[in-house]
Amino acid sequence: MPAVTETREAVEKLGQSTYKWGFETEIEMDMAPKGLNEDIIRLISTRKEEPEWMLEWRLAAFATWQAMREPTWAKVSYPPIDYQDLHYYAAPRRKPGPKSLEEVDPELLRTYEKLGIPLHEQALLAGVELPEGETARPPVAVDAVFDSVSVATTFRKTLEEAGVIFCPISEAVKDHPELVRKYLGSVVPAGDNFFAALNSAVFTDGSFVYVPKGVRCPMELSTYFRINARNTGQFERTLIVVEEGASVSYLEGCTAPMRDENQLHAAVVELVAMDDASIKYSTVQNWYPGDEEGRGGIYNFVTKRGACRGARSKISWTQVETGSAITWKYPSCILQGEGSVGEFYSVAVTNNCQQADTGTKMIHIGRNTRSTIIAKTISAGRSDSTYRGLVRVQPKASGARNFTQCDSLLIGDQCGAHTVPYIESRNMAARIEHEATTSKISEDQLFYCRQRGLSEEDAVGLIVNGFCRDVLKELPMEFAVEAQKLLQISLEGSVG
Amino acid sequence: MNAISTTMPGPLALFADRLNGVAGAERHAALGALARTGLPSRRTEAWKYTALRALGTASFAAPAAGYDTARAQALLDHVLATHESLATLARVVLVNGTHAPELSHVPDTLQVGFFNQSPTFGVQAAPDRDPLVALNTALAEDGVMLSVAAGVKAGQVAVISLGLGGEQAMSYHPRHAISLGAGASLSVLSVHAGEGAYFHNPVTDIHVGESAELRHVTLQLEGVEAVSLGTVYADIAGHGVYDSFALGLGGALARHEVHARLAAPHALVHVNGAQRLGGRQVGDMTSVITHAASDCVSRQTVRNVLDGHARGVFQGKVLVERVAQKTDGYQMNQALLLSPDAEIDAKPELEIYADDVKCSHGATVGALDDDQLFYLRSRGVPEIQARQILIDAFLDEALALVTDETAQDICRAIMTERFGQKGGQA
Repeated sequence: MPAVTETREAVEKLGQSTYKWGFETEIEMDMAPKGLNEDIIRLISTRKEEPEWMLEWRLAAFATWQAMREPTWAKVSYPPIDYQDLHYYAAPRRKPGPKSLEEVDPELLRTYEKLGIPLHEQALLAGVELPEGETARPPVAVDAVFDSVSVATTFRKTLEEAGVIFCPISEAVKDHPELVRKYLGSVVPAGDNFFAALNSAVFTDGSFVYVPKGVRCPMELSTYFRINARNTGQFERTLIVVEEGASVSYLEGCTAPMRDENQLHAAVVELVAMDDASIKYSTVQNWYPGDEEGRGGIYNFVTKRGACRGARSKISWTQVETGSAITWKYPSCILQGEGSVGEFYSVAVTNNCQQADTGTKMIHIGRNTRSTIIAKTISAGRSDSTYRGLVRVQPKASGARNFTQCDSLLIGDQCGAHTVPYIESRNMAARIEHEATTSKISEDQLFYCRQRGLSEEDAVGLIVNGFCRDVLKELPMEFAVEAQKLLQISLEGSVG
Repeated sequence: MNAISTTMPGPLALFADRLNGVAGAERHAALGALARTGLPSRRTEAWKYTALRALGTASFAAPAAGYDTARAQALLDHVLATHESLATLARVVLVNGTHAPELSHVPDTLQVGFFNQSPTFGVQAAPDRDPLVALNTALAEDGVMLSVAAGVKAGQVAVISLGLGGEQAMSYHPRHAISLGAGASLSVLSVHAGEGAYFHNPVTDIHVGESAELRHVTLQLEGVEAVSLGTVYADIAGHGVYDSFALGLGGALARHEVHARLAAPHALVHVNGAQRLGGRQVGDMTSVITHAASDCVSRQTVRNVLDGHARGVFQGKVLVERVAQKTDGYQMNQALLLSPDAEIDAKPELEIYADDVKCSHGATVGALDDDQLFYLRSRGVPEIQARQILIDAFLDEALALVTDETAQDICRAIMTERFGQKGGQA
């Protein structure tokens, strides 16, 4: 099967050999000593000039975390993590004075340029390809997180005019304490799970978005995360609050330098949507997956959850997961508001020794709530990929509706693909449908395409692209391009 | 030694009196496994949806020697009266887990042995494989051992387990085995019935030889106060067929757990089932189908109809090992909720390590379809009958999967007896 072999090669490339974002930047770091204790948390809090309530919140989370055990139910295995052997705080050296691009460490800017992060408006616009017939698109605002401190934010002025707050969460703690206090931990409580508790105790930065009533965010918001500096865990905290009738689309993309040691990443993302509000949260995750033997690579333990608090609110998660050695991630929706809608679209690609255990939870609480889950899994090499999802319909969720589709594609005979859906219904007037398939690229499909003159390579590319299409089409255009590159399964000449 | 009982975790203590008396290497191994793990709680993934609270708090005694003959006869007559063909079948009857020869009727064509005559635990159920199997291993009193020699078509036999609950909490742990030689065939109808409160914990060790065919229908008609937690292990050789169906209607808490292993190429397994529950019943259908060889086929369709405060659980795992190329697996679980307080928890699971496979599963949950109801109402069918027709139709599709015609007739007769005439009064 040459075509399959080629596909396998393409998938392999995607993993490590051509990991083009594998470099390290040498910048002086301001780093806390290794280890995790109350003093470190106080240090983080002091460095961030946080108010007292924030410190107390962190310390309470830390106390909770100490009493918790690391979860073992996911289908991933990794050597034990020594939480005392990590740095919990690292900040690029700060220069006095107001932050402007000119004052940002030039080395850092070069890093962004290498990453292709469009900090400059021109670079940003140049980076966006427009499809035919479309004349212009609103610009994208970037809040770049370099390790732990957000060092530059663009487009703030435009956003401010619209009344949208988009800033590092550390600034939000200082500038908008009433909002942060009200919503932080309201969707993912500090003691929600082991990794969320850890994050709550030591989170260093992340983004805060607040869209006031009736405002349609004038641009797509984007944060590029990048892990840098050896042995620093990244503990981002993102909080997005969208008021009545407002809407926002948020893009999150990740790359990390190549290295040997495992790195821990435990982020928490909280979304709150009020009446008629809508949030679209898109992720392309491409952290270093480790080498062919599984050495190195990022451990990615993420808690993402959105609360549809208001009637007719909508939260949509889209993710393309290609990186990380370990992925442990279940973006979820709590559908409280009557008629609220939750969506989850996911493509997960694993290769070599990668392990991914990912899926979603849809908790139907309000009446006439609806959810859609489309999960596509591609496994290659010796990797294991698991879809793990929960659809729960509470007794009051009359008229609730769920549709779930999970498809797995296996490439090679040394990988595994698993599907573990949990379906719980306590309301007779709810309808749940779930379907899952596992297959390889069938001879029939290949034959059909070959018969019409496609090369085997193109045929495989076409089939794989078609396999993921339902998800890729949900991505914002800027991301769809990147995602297709990431999937990189020889599409030349096959799809227009 | 009482030292064991003080360390027994959770509900295991309810069996402490009996467990302390066990003898023999296998039983001790089982006891050791139990002492380590205890009985499962909802923290155990395989028991996430089913709690053992229904076991109560009273210590379980062993079944008394001898039984109330009149009561057993009456119960048996009631079961046999379900369908005329049931009474004519060869049958082995156990009362409280022990063979009752006077109620049984076994033809010579069938080799029937009994566990208490030659206790062998089989090879599949290692004591530490599952706590309820370990409990059975430690306490097994008796059981039916059916074996069919190579090439023999052994016809059909009913194994009827009657539970007679009394005032004292009582448990019985029968250990059954079914073994078919190459090319043999057999149809087994396992009937669980009873009255009063008791705990029935059967384990069945099944071996289907090469090109052999075993049809196995389980009718779970346990008493409404009973707890019934049964485990079936089936190992299927090349070109062998294990065609099983379980109908769950009784018990306060019932779990039917099947572990089927397709051990050699071209084996086929069906793990079908249906349950219809009401009141506060909890019914759990759990299965693990392991494809351990290439070119095997597995099929599973389970349908649940839940009324009152009933709770249905379906956990179905299909495991495809690396060697099991060309696997064809299909699984479908559907639930119909008839009452606002009914609940279904389903976990269909695929674990796949081979790439050249076709595996799919599906699950649906919902109420009766309004459009279908309207269709029937618009043709003058009263609502109550219309509902009954739709429920019957829903379950009938599952019953149609029973390939043994006699067994299928019996299943239908039981549904009719319990839930009214087809299309008639609800």
